[in-house]
Amino acid sequence: MSELDPWAAVRLSLVVALWCTVLGLPVAVALGWLLARKRFVGKTLVSALVMAPMVLPPVVTGLLLLGAFGKHGLFGPLLAAVGVHVPFTLVGAVLAAAVVGLPLYVMSTRAAFEAVDPAYEELSATLGDTPWRTFLRVSLPLALPGIAGGAVLSFARSLGEFGATIVLAGNTPDTRTISIAIYSLLDRPGSYPEVAWLSAASIAISLAALVGYELLVRRQRRRLEIDRGR
Amino acid sequence: MAADIWLELDLVLPVGDRRVALAPTSRRIAFVGPSGVGKSTLLRALAGLDRAAHGRIAFAGETWQDSATGSWVPPWRRGIGWVAQDARLFPHVDVARNLAWRDRDELARARGHARELGVDELVTRMPRNLSGGERQRIALVRAVASRPRLLVLDEPFSALDRPLRERTVAWLAKHCADAGIPLVVVSHDERDLVGLDAETHEL
Repeated sequence: MSELDPWAAVRLSLVVALWCTVLGLPVAVALGWLLARKRFVGKTLVSALVMAPMVLPPVVTGLLLLGAFGKHGLFGPLLAAVGVHVPFTLVGAVLAAAVVGLPLYVMSTRAAFEAVDPAYEELSATLGDTPWRTFLRVSLPLALPGIAGGAVLSFARSLGEFGATIVLAGNTPDTRTISIAIYSLLDRPGSYPEVAWLSAASIAISLAALVGYELLVRRQRRRLEIDRGR
Repeated sequence: MAADIWLELDLVLPVGDRRVALAPTSRRIAFVGPSGVGKSTLLRALAGLDRAAHGRIAFAGETWQDSATGSWVPPWRRGIGWVAQDARLFPHVDVARNLAWRDRDELARARGHARELGVDELVTRMPRNLSGGERQRIALVRAVASRPRLLVLDEPFSALDRPLRERTVAWLAKHCADAGIPLVVVSHDERDLVGLDAETHEL
């Protein structure tokens, strides 16, 4: 087995989680807004599909992703043709963690948009703003702290992802995140200090993320209550 | 005479299937009636925010809604100056940006109106630091400053005390007359309607 550098695992975990957060943002904002504000055919199905990774065993999610993006998967040949390889690569690690983190992301953005009183959107429409301008000038800024909170949650969730990652991306130097590093160290005698160190690092990062989430949610609440009452 | 008809309204309100049909000649009309009768629904239909009321609305010869043909002009193309019952201001921007929401170049003119109502010193404040009465006047100024083709106001003076109310009603009446802007208002106070010289319809 190759030499295992705990720092590399922490760095890789952060890189993967950051990519998940950034790439997931447009998806989560679009889906969150659609689910919060629009009625359309198949809404229940879309919602169920997005939420599925939260209740499915992550290993099963990984298998499904392998079926879709694996070498012999549904889109595998297509992706290979454009030079993208998902299994056992960083791309696979990001994809697995992003899909598993997406339910929390979408739930947060949906709640953030639902918390925006439609009266503000109506007001901006009467003042001449098209729906797209209203989205940019009213819905998005008012939902922003909640969306940022969702980003933090998704970041934290992606950080600890294990099941889908090990199925889709395996245990390679390119994909050995904190969780996977801990898992491989457990097989090795005398690796207790590294395991403890990696666990502590993951606890610290997760707690920091959750504190950040709490602060952002509080900010969102203040922001939305300021024009009420009196 | 057709030229005098600026508004044609023939709507069936969702509550109790009440039909409202009018083609007023006065350019200031008011709706009065008990709460829950559908006054706000009617105003929302006029502003294009709600299609719950069935029927037809035509403004200045332009069909805004016709449920028979399915035609409907969205609110952002109607040019309405809208003040809802709770007189909301956008909470994430200051009063100045609220006043000039439609067009930043409007600010100077909007400040002029705000001065007439005694609220121009509030422009740098955030809406959360305003009283209900201040917010209501800012919302009125914003609606007027956006150069609307029609003002639609739902209880626009409810948070103002008597002297302030009279001053605001007089300001609004004068501005509408000067700028030639028609007005549709809901108010429960007869005295406001006298001050506005509005043609009153019971709902």
